[in-house]
Amino acid sequence: MTVVKTQGLSKTFGDFKALDGVDIEVKEGEVFGFIGPNGAGKSTTLRVLLGILKASEGSAEIFGKDVWKDAVDIHKRVAYVPGDVNLWPNLTGGEVIDLFGRLRGGYDKARRDELISRFGLDPGKKCRTYSKGNRQKVALIAAFSADADLYIFDEPTSGLDPLMERVFSEYVQEAKTQGKSILLSSHILSEVEKLCDRVAIIRKGRIIETGTLKEMRHLTGSLMFIETDKPIPDLAELRGVHRVQAFDGGWSFQVDADELDAVVRHLSAFGIKRMESRPPTLEDLFIRHYEETETGAGGGV
Amino acid sequence: MSQLFDHTWSLMRFILRRDRVRLPIWILSFVFVSAGIVLVFDNLYGDDIERQAIAETMENPAMVAMVGPNYGGADYTTGAMTAHEMLVMTAAIVALMDILLVSRHTRGDEEEGRLELVRALPVGQLSSLTAVLLVLTAVNTLLAVLTGVSMAALQVESVDLHGSLLFGAALGATGLFFAALTAVFAQLTQNARATTGLSIAALLVFYMIRAIGDVMSEALSLTSPLGWILRAKPFVENLWWPVMLSVGLALALSILALYLNSIRDHDSGFLPTRAGRTQAPATLRGPFGLAWRLQRTGLIAWAVALFILGISYGSVLGEIERFFEGIDLFQQLIVEQEGFSLIELFIPVLSSVMAILASIPAIMVMLKVKTEEKNGRMEHVISRSISRWRLAFSYWLLAALTAATMLFLTGIGLGLAGNAVLAEDLPLGTYIGASFVYLPAVLIMIGLALVFIGFLPSFASVIWLYLGLSFFVVYLGELLQLPDWVEKLTPYGHIPGIPLDEVNSSVLALMIVIAVLLSIVGAYGFRRRDLKT
Repeated sequence: MTVVKTQGLSKTFGDFKALDGVDIEVKEGEVFGFIGPNGAGKSTTLRVLLGILKASEGSAEIFGKDVWKDAVDIHKRVAYVPGDVNLWPNLTGGEVIDLFGRLRGGYDKARRDELISRFGLDPGKKCRTYSKGNRQKVALIAAFSADADLYIFDEPTSGLDPLMERVFSEYVQEAKTQGKSILLSSHILSEVEKLCDRVAIIRKGRIIETGTLKEMRHLTGSLMFIETDKPIPDLAELRGVHRVQAFDGGWSFQVDADELDAVVRHLSAFGIKRMESRPPTLEDLFIRHYEETETGAGGGV
Repeated sequence: MSQLFDHTWSLMRFILRRDRVRLPIWILSFVFVSAGIVLVFDNLYGDDIERQAIAETMENPAMVAMVGPNYGGADYTTGAMTAHEMLVMTAAIVALMDILLVSRHTRGDEEEGRLELVRALPVGQLSSLTAVLLVLTAVNTLLAVLTGVSMAALQVESVDLHGSLLFGAALGATGLFFAALTAVFAQLTQNARATTGLSIAALLVFYMIRAIGDVMSEALSLTSPLGWILRAKPFVENLWWPVMLSVGLALALSILALYLNSIRDHDSGFLPTRAGRTQAPATLRGPFGLAWRLQRTGLIAWAVALFILGISYGSVLGEIERFFEGIDLFQQLIVEQEGFSLIELFIPVLSSVMAILASIPAIMVMLKVKTEEKNGRMEHVISRSISRWRLAFSYWLLAALTAATMLFLTGIGLGLAGNAVLAEDLPLGTYIGASFVYLPAVLIMIGLALVFIGFLPSFASVIWLYLGLSFFVVYLGELLQLPDWVEKLTPYGHIPGIPLDEVNSSVLALMIVIAVLLSIVGAYGFRRRDLKT
């Protein structure tokens, strides 16, 4: 079942087109990663989904309801943590968490206290004294103590230390095991890689790639390192080979999955001394997509 | 020694550079207001007889409590009048300036982490605080001299150079005292808000001690810096010991502040910070509870201030008739009408002014929506199951309740104090009715504020301009002989003056309908637009 679905979602601010036909689909029970650099449109998409901004064109639905018209109904089942958590300086963290719980309805006091101790937050302090990370914890505690069906996080861990990042991951996993859906935007790729079932990459308001990590890896192919007896004069010109770099007495490069066989056959003629291969990390995928679309070419094909 | 005070001079120049606009504005405001008042008093009252009439109205305890004893009452010259009516109020505002400046440059900088950057440089441990205190000394000295010289330069007969300089010095010395006191509080408390809060609280307490002391006990007055400074009696006896006392104590407090600064850790204070609530109280459960909680302190302060305003206006009602005999100005202001006492003619004028002042907190409550939105805190509420209609209505409701409460408090304050000083009591309902009848006008202002929030949030401040214009038109309309239609441009001009005019309830009902419609339109606009951050 689809939980979040946008079709041709566009948003313009004056002349600036922040979103240009965004299509994403989050299915029930999955963790969906939304990655892209700052200013690509991640937060704008999430804020349209929450009815904070009104879409200029296209449709956006959560639980099959219109995100703008039925915002209040939808929000009863959604927990959201904004990217930049601003709180009221003269309220304490504990007060804000309770307020958020009551504004949404249906929240669990025992779970709130458990979360406060897990995240190591001092709820008796005024929000003005909190660092960015602590303000983020307040919002995360409020979100996880809500019994929501969909969790939307906008760069949730950007202010957290590695230990707290782990606590966050655990709660995301727990929510997933309970069949909840999670939409998570981030530019910390290792986090997305670890947590997410499917990923969408956004660039300048457009989705340029979407799918599971496995699918994306297949599309991108493997990263190889090779050292040969004889020099390979035409390595960079081979079909399906990208990003050739001299490295440690040999060459490192990327090979498209469907050309792997041909490339390896060709190279074996030069007397392979050493050969290593690893699957691309999300970072490799990400950077490759950005380089490709930046130059507008198909990556040296 | 250099380890403690190194680079104080550079830091002073840095403070001057940061406040190169702020400081001249503060200083020049005091200079212009003080000199301006001398000019106004000199021109307003033609001769000794008119001034003497005013002197007598100033003898009642309420006025003494407000501005202090009338030392020049026997010979109420322009100088004596200026010193009596202006000194304590101006000194209190100078004190406020010093409090804000010191708090900003001490705890403010420390809290924001800017002082940490400075302290990491080869700068003496006490240089920063010393620099602040020295700058403030220079500011207060300059303020004293400029004020004194400009007052004397007007060549008003009774405003001589000696008295003028003493008047200026009294302001400067009071400022310096509070600067040093704030510097001490900045060591005790742990954040700028607490420093400012504690210092302003001290200022208010000192003002109240003086008010009570001036009415009941001279000795009590002498325990307050605002009390003893009045004993300088500029233009009357010209005594300098109060100025010396303030400056001496300022020096002692400065040394104490420096000592405390030297023995404490960066970012720490001597007063323990109270642990806040770990759980929200039951009242904090929806947007209304939140709106109230966020503005509670400010609203209580407004309520107290407006109640006191009502009382202070009420306390002069007893002297009204005497006012009228002496002064042409007020006769122009009030059109005499058959069948009403002068007091009854005066009540609607006071009520209209108080109603406009009472509108300020109500409009502020409504405009809080904009502040919340701009500071990115609105999305927390909107992204939970709170509709924008409900959110707008919550703030609207609080604004409307604020308006009603504030109007009621000004009316009852006026009535209680008025009946205490008048020979013949008027029914309390008349006073309250005269204020409360302005509620539809304030509701229209709130509705307009909501329309701005809904459609033109960045122009919402225009509402203040409109309120200022309303004040001008309503207060001075009669005096400047403005045509009637000008008064009708503001909602306040449509409100009947109780007890003079006949109350036409259909006009009031129509105004309420307009106010409600404006609010609905505004909320609709808020519902259909993007939130801005």
